[in-house]
Amino acid sequence: MAYITCKDLTLRYEALTVQEHLSFTVEKGDYLCIVGENGSGKSTLVKCLLGLKSADAGTLSLGDGLKRNEIGYLPQQSQIQRSFPASVEEVVRSGCLNSHGIHPFYTKADKARAAEQMARLNITALADRCYRELSGGQQQRVLLARALCATGKLLLLDEPLTGLDPLVASELYGILRHIHEDHGITVVMVTHDVENAVRYASSILHIGKDESFFGSVAAYRESPVGQRFLGERLQQEHCNDCEPRFPHIPIDTEGSVQA
Amino acid sequence: MNSLSEILTPEFLSVILLPALIAGIAVSLCASLLGVSLVLKRCSMIGDGLSHVGYGTLCIAIALGWAPMQVTIPVVILAAYILLRLSENSRLGGDTAIALFSTSALALGIFASSKANLTTDVSHYMFGSILAMTKGDVIFSAVLSVCVLLTYLLFYDKIFAVTFDESFARATGLNVRFYNLLIAVLTAVTVVLGMMMMGALLISSLMIFPAVTAMRLCKRFRTVVLTAVAVSVSCFLIGLLLSLLTDTAVGASVILVNLAVFAVSSLIAGIRSRTGRKK
Repeated sequence: MAYITCKDLTLRYEALTVQEHLSFTVEKGDYLCIVGENGSGKSTLVKCLLGLKSADAGTLSLGDGLKRNEIGYLPQQSQIQRSFPASVEEVVRSGCLNSHGIHPFYTKADKARAAEQMARLNITALADRCYRELSGGQQQRVLLARALCATGKLLLLDEPLTGLDPLVASELYGILRHIHEDHGITVVMVTHDVENAVRYASSILHIGKDESFFGSVAAYRESPVGQRFLGERLQQEHCNDCEPRFPHIPIDTEGSVQA
Repeated sequence: MNSLSEILTPEFLSVILLPALIAGIAVSLCASLLGVSLVLKRCSMIGDGLSHVGYGTLCIAIALGWAPMQVTIPVVILAAYILLRLSENSRLGGDTAIALFSTSALALGIFASSKANLTTDVSHYMFGSILAMTKGDVIFSAVLSVCVLLTYLLFYDKIFAVTFDESFARATGLNVRFYNLLIAVLTAVTVVLGMMMMGALLISSLMIFPAVTAMRLCKRFRTVVLTAVAVSVSCFLIGLLLSLLTDTAVGASVILVNLAVFAVSSLIAGIRSRTGRKK
């Protein structure tokens, strides 16, 4: 049985139905990217996957030994976290809370696990630093280490690249690949970055207002939805005929910017 | 100004000052602990709202001749629960809902007390009267404060998780609603106890000032909590001494000392970040 099985899922945001008849599965070892326009129900789907919201219709079930609280979640960063006085160690350790039930304090095993994840993500040297003083990329690593404390099975990332510069973003993709390939952790990522999604993921779930797609990356490239979405993105970047976005900067036919 | 030797007669020490110290330190401790969570969760207004509700309830209780503390604490706990729900679900937005709810409760209380002509009794709770606390009051506050303190320590790690990142905590199966309620209930108890000492007008600043001061200076959650406690207790002691020497209201003196400490800490934080940037 798959880790996550969704059948005929309907998603509503307040009174508005944003998705109907959504079906997909996440198998152990998958790397699934969820893409789609704004307002297509990506965030609502994440809430359903985490059990923060129940499905409005259809079924969503977990299997293959995955429990609800074993999903390592990397949320979008909130404004509150950015100003919060907490050390990296404190933040990472808080990922261990799901495993120790009513035990009031962190056990030795918890602390060891937090240390292990910090070492894995190369942030051990930051352990005593203040979370709010770190760079965006470092903060993302800290949150990733926390998520890994909470799971050994499945990571769910909600637009982890928002606000990161391209260099840091590609670093994060590298870390994710490492976690996925070398540690066998299943990755589910909601993203806007469709180019890198098709580069790194094994399968794609595209949720759109009119049409949706679920399948392998190769099939997505061939599908009408995928071609349109990928094509549109490429056109936006490499269009020679259309109006330049900054008309005062002349753009030559090779697409390089002349000063 | 009074001189210390004039004030500190043995009788005054044992009958008035000692109980005031015990109750004051206990409540300052609880207030600062909870203040950290309230400030970080952006719900400082809940403390203020609860003190309004608490004052309103006290007025009604006194007007009807009931035991003020024993009636007020359960009512304020209930109000904490309602305020939390309002700020979660309300279309008005949390702070508006809190303002509506708490000022209504306050108005009701003042209406009742003016109907019963109680303005003098009730004004004790507006400005606080720590030196007029009875032995029973002191024991009651000390016991409740210890309960608040122990509960906070027992759930410290979870309170951190819920304060830092609610959605992650919820996703990993923590009962976020329960811990939010726990924070609100502990706040409610602290607010009522603090009202006797500091007065309804000042109790919410007793929660917030030490937390904000500590946040200026510290970078770990644990040191923030410990510093807030230290700041709160020492400001209370200095404020109490100041009020004895100058014959002023205890609550107001404590808050003014807190304000001064906050100003100094802001200055230090400012200088630190400047020199940090230059490096």
